[in-house]
Amino acid sequence: MDGAILKVRGLTKIFKQQVVLDGLDLDIPANSVTTIIGRSGIGKSVLLKCLANIWPAQAGTMHYGEQVAVIGQHSLRQAFNLNFSYMFQNNALFDSMTASENIALPLRECTKLSTADINDQVQALLETMDLRGCADKYPAELSGGMQKRVALARALIVEPQIVFFDEPTTGLDPERKYAVFNMIAECRRQFKFAAVLVSHDIPEVFQISDHIAWIDRGKIQCVGDREQIYKHSDTVLKNLLTNAGIGR
Amino acid sequence: MISYTGKFSIYFVLELGRVFIFAGQSLYYFFGQRSPLTQLLFAIREVGLRCVLIVSIVGLFTGLVMGLQLYYTLVKFGAQSALGTAVALSLIRELGPVLTALMVVGQAGSALASELGIQRNDEQIDALSSMGIRPLGYLIGPRLLAGLICFPILTTFFDLIGIFGGYITGSLLLNVDAGVYWHRVYASVQVADVLGGYLKAIVFGFICMTICLYYGYYTHLKSELRGVRGVSQTATRAVVCSSICVLAADYLITSFLI
Repeated sequence: MDGAILKVRGLTKIFKQQVVLDGLDLDIPANSVTTIIGRSGIGKSVLLKCLANIWPAQAGTMHYGEQVAVIGQHSLRQAFNLNFSYMFQNNALFDSMTASENIALPLRECTKLSTADINDQVQALLETMDLRGCADKYPAELSGGMQKRVALARALIVEPQIVFFDEPTTGLDPERKYAVFNMIAECRRQFKFAAVLVSHDIPEVFQISDHIAWIDRGKIQCVGDREQIYKHSDTVLKNLLTNAGIGR
Repeated sequence: MISYTGKFSIYFVLELGRVFIFAGQSLYYFFGQRSPLTQLLFAIREVGLRCVLIVSIVGLFTGLVMGLQLYYTLVKFGAQSALGTAVALSLIRELGPVLTALMVVGQAGSALASELGIQRNDEQIDALSSMGIRPLGYLIGPRLLAGLICFPILTTFFDLIGIFGGYITGSLLLNVDAGVYWHRVYASVQVADVLGGYLKAIVFGFICMTICLYYGYYTHLKSELRGVRGVSQTATRAVVCSSICVLAADYLITSFLI
């Protein structure tokens, strides 16, 4: 795929002799939303966690321009100085820290910015993300939607080039799902990062997806836009889409 | 039986190696953090200050009971004037480090194991990794170091308050002359006794903190249960394992020191 910010080749992940990812190849295009779909337990979140170097992979390489790195040895940040963030399914906010402390954490621990500069950046982001008045509240004092926004603000504070979203709408009602997808799309346009989403919310997630990658049997079986995915002839994919209410 | 013993021995050695690597990496990464001192001070507050009250109370009552028991034992031989010696040496050499370690494990160790377990379950530890923050350096290193610093200080607290407890029973409630009591304490305690006590405190601090932090950090691997039940199980195992290891280490160190 042309214009890919990151290319993944031969990603293999084995859990207790069960091959979850079997030499998977994936291109992540710059400045767009790539959504990974697939059946439950097929390895979508595992793929994201291996890419974010949260879980080690058994094999695979990452390509960034001319540079190559082995997956699992170094993170994208260490290998290519490529900033990335990860938004967890349950937000993974630190419950003993306030919203502003949560957002400031990556800057506080990973940069040499002064406290005043960090506070300025956090305040600016709180304004942008419409989180005024939440700065001193703890995650437990915030609504689910607010927590999502705080988690997204924490992901965006480091100005990432890639953001991984692991099931960002799990457990939300339809109205909130749309709100979260719109928030992601809006932020992506504003902050210009490449978004990689894993989602079960088909077809809602297609609204904001530029590319859709279907994972099955440990590999990306096809990548394309919504129409290409709809037209794909594989029975497993057709069943997945039919179960999601498409083409009934 | 032989096969089981062999398997257990291999598991034990491997686990011991993992624990030492865990501790070593935590301390190594800790010094690479951006603001290690702030984190260390926070951890000292978390590990040390939280235990001052309980250690003081237990120290006082231990001293009171020892004063009572030893007085009635010594008085049979007309040696009640040696009460100060008996109380001070028992506390400094043995009871101070051991009971302090057991109290800190119960108070701070279990809390740390649970806290880390919850952080693991909530993916907060993974979140740190994804941000480029080393969880071992950020979460474990400061607490481990805080344990090494706080254990000798808390043991000193325990010893001093315990000796004062012995004075309350021996001199204020029973018949031992206060001057004799304090003179015996002062005259009988040697530098080697104090250093031996501190050695134990540091070793116990390392054992307790490492085990509790290790169990908490790897709660997803150390418990067959999931969620809150898994966390509570790991916290319990951490406390039990630390307590047993402290008592075993106490026997070994005493064998060498005595």
